[in-house]
Amino acid sequence: MRHLMSPLDLTVEELDDLLTLANDIEHNPSKYAHACEGKKLATCFYEPSTRTRLSFEAAMLNLGGSVLGFSSADSSSAAKGESVSDTIRVISCYADICAIRHPKEGAALVASSKSLIPVINAGDGGHQHPTQTLTDLLTIRSLKGRLNRLKIGLCGDLKFGRTVHSLIHALSRYTDVEFILISPEELRIPGYIREDLLRKKSIPFQELERLEDAMPMLDILYMTRVQKERFFNEEDYVRMKDYYILTKDKLSHAKEDMLILHPLPRVNEISVEVDSDPRAVYFKQAQYGVYVRMALILTLLKWR
Amino acid sequence: MLNISGIQEGFVLDHIKAGMSMSIYKDLKLDRLDCQIAIIKNARSNKMGKKDMIKVECPIDALDLDILGFIDHNITVNIIQNDKIVEKKKLHLPNQVVNVIQCKNPRCITSIEQELDQIFILTDKEKEIYRCKYCDERLKKKRHLE
Repeated sequence: MRHLMSPLDLTVEELDDLLTLANDIEHNPSKYAHACEGKKLATCFYEPSTRTRLSFEAAMLNLGGSVLGFSSADSSSAAKGESVSDTIRVISCYADICAIRHPKEGAALVASSKSLIPVINAGDGGHQHPTQTLTDLLTIRSLKGRLNRLKIGLCGDLKFGRTVHSLIHALSRYTDVEFILISPEELRIPGYIREDLLRKKSIPFQELERLEDAMPMLDILYMTRVQKERFFNEEDYVRMKDYYILTKDKLSHAKEDMLILHPLPRVNEISVEVDSDPRAVYFKQAQYGVYVRMALILTLLKWR
Repeated sequence: MLNISGIQEGFVLDHIKAGMSMSIYKDLKLDRLDCQIAIIKNARSNKMGKKDMIKVECPIDALDLDILGFIDHNITVNIIQNDKIVEKKKLHLPNQVVNVIQCKNPRCITSIEQELDQIFILTDKEKEIYRCKYCDERLKKKRHLE
């Protein structure tokens, strides 16, 4: 039995197979409409989430399975003080597979160590969010046709953004990928990624402050939101939140086939006028999130 | 010159950084042993200038070499039998340490989950970096043991 805690839990070959399966699901949905009939997915969400939980639930329903679970710690036995280990032991008796989101880092790993069913980490605090990374990879591979030979701009909060960190780790396993890291000084990529990953593996990267300087060279632009909850004072947040706003005007310097991705929700870092640009694929990305979760559920149930 | 007699059977921890012997004594839980133990502080050393030493008169099995390797793998462990050094144990950084240190990350699951082992894994041997198994928090060596 396998679990998914981090995108790096999958080998490059396993990942390729998973993305290929996701594309097959995309093109032949009816073929998979009953693939999980009689199976149940437990969604154990200890903190609020809209898209991730609904995306998992949509994925299981699309596969003909059913869903049970809770959407906040208050409505679970955690409110009575039950440990994650005990909860997952019980959930194992009710469902065939489980997706867990928890505010504490490493909670999903604890669950997986006690679980009798496959566990998917649907986000553990600021630590890992592997299914978002799988979504990003599927979007890029489907729309660009490759995960190598890419110049990828990551823009915004590169310090606290877990999706950015996970994506860099995942893409660093492919050849000829260059990262353009665009952020204000205060939100630069953490040292352990710059030194221990990029420099150590001799992966080319540049750190820039102006989005306009990076724009003409990019194949992918991955925008992120500056998250209010990461700041200790309101003043710093207000100063940073509007640092980058992608507009149609700025896009005029971009390649014709560049793709704009965003893990969503966006606040104002992408102007609404950009939504109609064919290069804006962040809503398609949300759709790919369902396909990749369907592929993941099928794969983990097969490996069980 | 202070004289402390040799031991007949046991082990000597040599080349301990000056000032570290008391904390190592605690970390290795030597206070729980019933045998003779001598702690020598600030002994003269050609190699280190000053050093600490711990002499313990009991079999080596009582010593957790993994914890000692984690604290400082440059410490020399001499095993004594019949008043003579019969073996010098080489210490190495253990691949993981269990329940020796607590993760300091308040967002880590270890801060709330009951009965969970505190596990740190060696992720970079060259730089001697340990990370929490659960949250990947990097261990700051200077605050390693309490």
